[in-house]
Amino acid sequence: MKTIANYIRSLFLFELLKGLSVTGSYFFARKFTLQYPEQKAPVSPRFRGLHALRRYPNGEERCIACKLCEAVCPALAITIEAEPRDDGSRRTTRYDIDLFKCIYCGFCEESCPVDSIVETRVYEYHFENRGEQIMTKQMLLDIGDKYEQQLAADRAAQAAVR
Amino acid sequence: MNAVIELWTSLPVVIQIVIKIVAIMLPLMILVAYYTYAERKIIGFMQVRNGPNRVGFFGMRLWGLGQPIADAVKLMFKEIVIPSGANKLLFLIAPMLSIGPALAAWAVFPFDAGIVLADVNAGLLYILAMTSLGVYGVIIAGWASNSKYAFLGSIRSAAQIVSYEIAMGFALVGVLVAAGSLNLGDIVMAQEGSVMHWFWLPLLPLFLVYFISGVAETNRAPFDVAEGESEIVAGFHVEYSGMTFAVFFLAEYANMILISALSALMFLGGWLSPLPHVWVDGVFLLDDGFHWLLLKTFFFMFLFLWFRATFPRYRYDQIMRLGWKVFIPITIVWIVVVAGMRVGEMPWWFN
Amino acid sequence: MMGFEKFLFYVFSVFLIFSAVMVITRKNPVHSALFLVLAFFNSAGLWLLAEAEFLAIALVLVYVGAVMVLFLFVVMMLDINIAELRAGFVRNAPVAIVVAIAMAVELLIVVGPQRFGIDVVAAPEPRPAGYSNTEELGLALFTEHLYAFEIAAVILLVGIVAAIGLTMRKRPETKYQDPSRQVTVKASDRLRVIKMDAEEKAR
Repeated sequence: MKTIANYIRSLFLFELLKGLSVTGSYFFARKFTLQYPEQKAPVSPRFRGLHALRRYPNGEERCIACKLCEAVCPALAITIEAEPRDDGSRRTTRYDIDLFKCIYCGFCEESCPVDSIVETRVYEYHFENRGEQIMTKQMLLDIGDKYEQQLAADRAAQAAVR
Repeated sequence: MNAVIELWTSLPVVIQIVIKIVAIMLPLMILVAYYTYAERKIIGFMQVRNGPNRVGFFGMRLWGLGQPIADAVKLMFKEIVIPSGANKLLFLIAPMLSIGPALAAWAVFPFDAGIVLADVNAGLLYILAMTSLGVYGVIIAGWASNSKYAFLGSIRSAAQIVSYEIAMGFALVGVLVAAGSLNLGDIVMAQEGSVMHWFWLPLLPLFLVYFISGVAETNRAPFDVAEGESEIVAGFHVEYSGMTFAVFFLAEYANMILISALSALMFLGGWLSPLPHVWVDGVFLLDDGFHWLLLKTFFFMFLFLWFRATFPRYRYDQIMRLGWKVFIPITIVWIVVVAGMRVGEMPWWFN
Repeated sequence: MMGFEKFLFYVFSVFLIFSAVMVITRKNPVHSALFLVLAFFNSAGLWLLAEAEFLAIALVLVYVGAVMVLFLFVVMMLDINIAELRAGFVRNAPVAIVVAIAMAVELLIVVGPQRFGIDVVAAPEPRPAGYSNTEELGLALFTEHLYAFEIAAVILLVGIVAAIGLTMRKRPETKYQDPSRQVTVKASDRLRVIKMDAEEKAR
């Protein structure tokens, strides 16, 4: 009896119709796709995007060339050279990040004692020529200057849990 | 109006035929182009996506309606790469062999009562012969490419198409018995009456077998082992690029439209109106006409896409089992049943 | 119009003979098979000219659409060493030539010009427009030649059964999946739920 019932079920394509009804119902379902350049998904304040070097409010760069980030970087993407500046403080003369090597793990940001190297929310950037993937110190500082307000706000919002 | 008719009759017969062929091919090619768009859109919708919606005309998006045109232009400008060790002549002939039969089959297809390019008596046989030729494009493409994946794809395709051809042929034999003619126009005329007279009801098993075999015959999901991108990259057309690939693509979609149109013609009454005759006689758009055929064809074309969005690919041995051990016995049994109904003059089903 | 038909006849004939010659002279068996397909096409065209459209389409459908596909299927997978094939050519040539000549003579005797000339067989009357070759063929097969037809069908059936019987073999070591049984399996077939009291831990 059971086998006959099964034969009838398979001859009338019962299971196939069930499958079709599932996809058929999704045909009319609301679509959730974001239209990317016009609409963007919300970004977390912890998002790890393009790097930046921050400054203090008085304009002094934060980085003290402790090289912790260089040491912690698992991809060896950071290169730092340092010298004492004319006023005697220790500063970097070179701070390069190779974005091809970088894996955006955020260890540099975590290791930094002065909150200098940070990762911004920026994820839309590109390179057109060989060599452009190296972010120099000046480029990183410029990015930091540009997004300082947002960076400061994100850090403040996350201060309690970091 | 008279001037137009005069001009038409004054043309040589060859020119008349060429104009008729263009009048069939041009809308068909546009339909094929927009079928690819519909496929991406419909499958997108079923997967809760939007599908293509960027490329439009004149700076307007128009839900991405410009996409097929953009795709065609892109493919036309791409390089045709001929693999080293390939048999060059056969490699280039294969796409033509694949699209030729797909287009030639439309010669005997009636679009409305009496509107047909060649009104031959053996129309159904001719269509069956033409659809069986499409496999050569696939086989030769696979062999001439000198590639393992392409070869595997063509071998699979050959076995599959030959197997399903038999089930398909038997399903059509049922139609022949019911209609009593090989002429496609006469087959539609034999279904005259009401929805209940259409062959889908008395030939229901054959109808299902025919359409499913048609899906298998066109190498579409869930029977697309010949392409099987997750196993053999793209099957028989891995080595094809640019326009040669586009021609395979066109052939596949033209075949799908052909199978849909034939299903509509043979099982859903073609251009006959589903509404009772007394209501709609002479009423514009509700009466019998080409638009009903188009509507029914679109329904089957939608089913093709719906299947692809729903079913996972069959395993090769399961395909063979379905074709030989399920479909062929069902069709043979039902041909006998139909013949019995025909001889016993079952009222209401057959005129 | 007659002139055009004649022209078509000669086109088909020339192509038919050309492709038939190519079938037996090509070294690559796949090319031979493809030329055979072309030959079938051209003979179908000739039959169409003789108003035998059913036979013509059946030839394309059965031979081109099915038989040759299977043929190609096998031939494509062959790995043929041409040098090996040629090895016995000179040694076997005399025998082959004798057989070939004998066959050619036999063919000439059976279907020579004395039986198939225009003066022997009159040109068929052109049929009226409504004539259906398919119907005529069906009537002839199922009335006049019913016995022969049925016997041929039975012989074919025997052939099918014999082919299956020859190739089918039981292979007890192979494990098969039965999809219909897999699908119909229920949880209760595989799983037994037992109620039992919790055991005291032995001290």
